[in-house]
Amino acid sequence: MESAADRRNGAVPPGANAPAASIVAPPADTVALDALFRDSNIGETLDRLDRELVGLAPVKRRIREIAAFLLVSRAREQIGLSTGAPGLHMCFTGNPGTGKTTVAMRMAALLHGMGYLRKGHLVSVTRDDLVGQYIGHTAPKTKEVLKKAMGGVLFIDEAYYLYRPENERDYGQEAIEILLQVMENQRDDLVVILAGYKDRMEAFFRSNPGMSSRIAHHVDFPDYDDEELFAIAALMLDSMHYRLSASAQDALHEYVALRRAQPHFANARSMRNALDRARLRHAKRLFEERETPLSRDALMTIEAEDIRASRVFASAGEPQ
Amino acid sequence: MRITQGTFSFLPDLTDEEIRAQIEYALSQGWACAVEYTDDPHPRNTFWEMWGPPLFDLKDAAGVLVEVVACRAAQPESYVKVTAFDSTLGFETTRLSFIVQRPPAEAGFALDRIEGAGRSQRYAMRRKDADGKRR
Ligand SMILES: Nc1ncnc2c1ncn2[C@@H]1O[C@H](COP(=O)(O)OP(=O)(O)O)[C@@H](O)[C@H]1O
Ligand SMILES: [Mg+2]
Repeated sequence: MESAADRRNGAVPPGANAPAASIVAPPADTVALDALFRDSNIGETLDRLDRELVGLAPVKRRIREIAAFLLVSRAREQIGLSTGAPGLHMCFTGNPGTGKTTVAMRMAALLHGMGYLRKGHLVSVTRDDLVGQYIGHTAPKTKEVLKKAMGGVLFIDEAYYLYRPENERDYGQEAIEILLQVMENQRDDLVVILAGYKDRMEAFFRSNPGMSSRIAHHVDFPDYDDEELFAIAALMLDSMHYRLSASAQDALHEYVALRRAQPHFANARSMRNALDRARLRHAKRLFEERETPLSRDALMTIEAEDIRASRVFASAGEPQ
Repeated sequence: MRITQGTFSFLPDLTDEEIRAQIEYALSQGWACAVEYTDDPHPRNTFWEMWGPPLFDLKDAAGVLVEVVACRAAQPESYVKVTAFDSTLGFETTRLSFIVQRPPAEAGFALDRIEGAGRSQRYAMRRKDADGKRR
């Protein structure tokens, strides 16, 4: 058994941080990028990203670019070409429901696979989780969140709310400063992903150049078009073991087009909410006909009326 | 006098990498770590000062090490330990506890003999540091 003294003498490298033993081996002349790719298991994660997320072509392309860059950085490191650790903090911009949180979780898995994160979990927070109500409250709150996120990704939704220039005593500034410090000094311990609307995030970066300079990768999430929203809804239904009758499919197509024009439209999230309500109406309809025996088919099938009862059809054009 | 208490107390002091590995083990068991310090390491003193609240819901040792480092910096003359609490029904107790810092001049103790009723002998540990001062 190795003793503590052996370890202190360097018999065993203090490699708890290093993801693979090969990284501390002496620099070689060639490096098998493919082996590195296979060992990291990121192929599977990238394929799942392609398969399980509808649309998002530009986002998927950017994620593959970032993954390739980080894998090559690993390879360069193995061969002794040091450029310093690559920056990992990111910014995801886009409207609500465009998949930012979902992709951030996949990103955490990718970074874990490549050994850039020790655990690969995601801690999702907003301003209220970081900023306190009175003097001395903010620092412990922010630090507690940071400690929970260590080993994984800290996802800060609507990060620009941290900065409130209209109130010069706002405690958000204190949270930003603690974040900056940890983003700089503990880059091995966690990755920060900021998320929010594109224009507001740009304004936030203009007033917080320190934050801007620490973000290495910007990914923009486009809105989904009608076909993509329909496909997302179909995917969600499928995963819940529901299906749409032919007339319900027509109704959902119409729904998508109408819903987009109405207030508080939130892309894929609006689809999820619409389906939740359709399932309630489906259940209510079955319950009202409970004297007749139910087939498996009836239990699974959403009918057009379950969708058309939505007030989106009734109030098309007028405020809700 | 080298104070020994808690797990691994007869081993040489743990290195920071070994401390990290122990914390990783505790977290992998679902235990919540906490950092405590004291200038009174008497074995009967089970109430050390808490360095902040216990650290719940951590996934990685780095979060605990942040507090170990901060506590050492603020309390260079104190003993510091890490404890790991198991909240599982039936345990609900500390499962692991080990020293992560001792002061440059360690505490000393003397053993006193006390005459009890009926010629019985009892013993008590008394704090007596190398400088001869009682604390
Ligand atoms: N491209 C997509 N394919 C399938 N489901 C999606 C897609 N984008 C978003 N979703 C689903 O929509 C919901 C909202 O997505 P989310 O990632 O929370 O968006 P955001 O964080 O941008 O507001 C989630 O339930 C998610 O699973
Ligand atoms: Mg979100």
